[in-house]
Amino acid sequence: MSRDLAAERARARRRAAWKRRGLVLGFMSPWLAGFTVFFGYPLLATAYYSFTHYDLLSSPRWVGLANYEYLFETDGRIWPSVANTLWLIAVAVPLNVLFAFGIALMLSRARRGVGFFRTVFYLPALVPPVAATLGFVYLLNPATGPVNIVLRALGLPDPLWFDSPTWSKPSLVLLGIWGVGNMMIIFLAAIVDVPRQLYESASLDGAGPLRRLRYVTLPSISPVILFAVVIGVIEGLQYFTQAYVASTIAGGSAAAATEGANSLGYPGDSTLFYPILLYQQGFRYFNMGYASAMAMLLLVVSFVVTALIVRNSRRWVHYQGAPAR
Amino acid sequence: MTTAATPLAAAAAPVARRRPPRPVRRRRALMAIAEHSLLIAAAIAFLAPLVFIALTSLMTDDQALSPDLWPHPAQWDNFAEVFRQAPLARYALNTFIYAGLATVFMLVSSIPVAYALARLRWRGRHAVFLIVLVAMMLPPQVTVVPVYVMWAKLHLVGSLWPLILPNLLGDAFSIFLLRQFFLTIPEEYLDAARVDGCGELRILTTVVVRLAKPAIAAVGLFMFLYCFNDFFGPLLYTGESPEHWTVAVGLAQFRTLYQVHWNLTMAATLLVIAPVIVLFFLAQRVFVEGVTLTGVKG
Repeated sequence: MSRDLAAERARARRRAAWKRRGLVLGFMSPWLAGFTVFFGYPLLATAYYSFTHYDLLSSPRWVGLANYEYLFETDGRIWPSVANTLWLIAVAVPLNVLFAFGIALMLSRARRGVGFFRTVFYLPALVPPVAATLGFVYLLNPATGPVNIVLRALGLPDPLWFDSPTWSKPSLVLLGIWGVGNMMIIFLAAIVDVPRQLYESASLDGAGPLRRLRYVTLPSISPVILFAVVIGVIEGLQYFTQAYVASTIAGGSAAAATEGANSLGYPGDSTLFYPILLYQQGFRYFNMGYASAMAMLLLVVSFVVTALIVRNSRRWVHYQGAPAR
Repeated sequence: MTTAATPLAAAAAPVARRRPPRPVRRRRALMAIAEHSLLIAAAIAFLAPLVFIALTSLMTDDQALSPDLWPHPAQWDNFAEVFRQAPLARYALNTFIYAGLATVFMLVSSIPVAYALARLRWRGRHAVFLIVLVAMMLPPQVTVVPVYVMWAKLHLVGSLWPLILPNLLGDAFSIFLLRQFFLTIPEEYLDAARVDGCGELRILTTVVVRLAKPAIAAVGLFMFLYCFNDFFGPLLYTGESPEHWTVAVGLAQFRTLYQVHWNLTMAATLLVIAPVIVLFFLAQRVFVEGVTLTGVKG
């Protein structure tokens, strides 16, 4: 009798456990399907395509390592695109963090009009990237752009900006700095969250403003700085829209959307970033196999870069309340 | 560290409140003036591009080619001319179809996933969450070739469906944001509903969704704006079929396609910027909620 009851209970418990598993599975099912169709399978397929010649019209033809050999040894545009991408990350990410942090710091110390200033610095971040890029190509256009008009009036040199191989990337960096609003808001929230007592005890120990910044503010918000750097690097690895629009508009090629792709990298491949070249190879020339090989390299690099940053961060990121590792 | 600081801070309070000596006060005042001047200069630099875009959008053709910076007379007709030159209304309609459907689909599919990751206890959920993070961080270019091939085989390249439909299967960034917020809902609310005999689905659709309204609004708004701004996706799938272009793609082609001067280009640019700015002022609280949600907490 009691044994029957125990068995009955065990069965009920098992049924409940299965029901629960079904529930979790049901809730997770959109992601499971999405992950399989749009991530798992494409990742494997990219690896496969990278060993083939594929133009979308005929079926993929196995070519072994030919794409990789071409990528590493023959293609003269790969290394410029890699160099441009690394240049952009190395220059833009630190500058963006610096500006976002500087503005956030000033805002956190301002006494009046904080709301107004915050809105002013945040607004450009809202401007759609295509519109922002068009605006900057106009502002910086060599002949009638307001920036050069002002520079000439002041007797300063007036660069060719988006039309000069030397200045095209710095122009894109300026465009990036204009849009640091999101990062600035996150920094501001972090700075405001730093406990007051830390500043007070630092002052008592005789620390001036600079030392309080160095030994209180920076360590307290270092996780947020790490977050900004990681996001910045990831965005740098996929930098596409601004470079595409700037080069096609400044390069001024006419006709349909896709023909504008002829001036990609203008001027002189100086804005040819890795994702731009990948797009051109895959979807303008339909070298799908070769684009897949490029994608594999991008996969490895983004994996390594993210892992490296997160690993080395232990040295300089201070997590409040976490035991020292 | 905090425990050591508290008594010290308490002792320091009266010291801090005392009126500081004159040179110190003067130095502080000068510092404040310097900081505010810097802030104002930076604010002007950040506003200037928008001001110049607006000024140029009001210029005549001739004036756009001259070094004059102030429009005289202001040619308001430029904005109407943009609509006459390009099918901007068509682009806007396409954009709202894309952004609207994508946002609704994303919310329907991502909310249950985020809830399962945040509030249901099951083996492997931490591992799955890590995979969601990785999927969020990897550049889309890594998987774009096979995904494009897939849509090409379904004959959907040349429409906006390749951008809309995947949202039915969840969006990693939205799942991440929603999970972060669901974690902050006190367990007592959920337990109370469970005691009342609610199933998890009922709890999700009533209790959680109601409590998480601000977060859901923020995530939905971000998704909508992401679609509005998206250029790579629409260019990839609709680049060759102008009748499906979104505002972003149409704007990028506007100057070269219609051979217009900067005044009309800037008028079109301003027309694309304006709705986003208006939306921001209408929904400022939702924005702030959302941006702070993205800053890693928890």
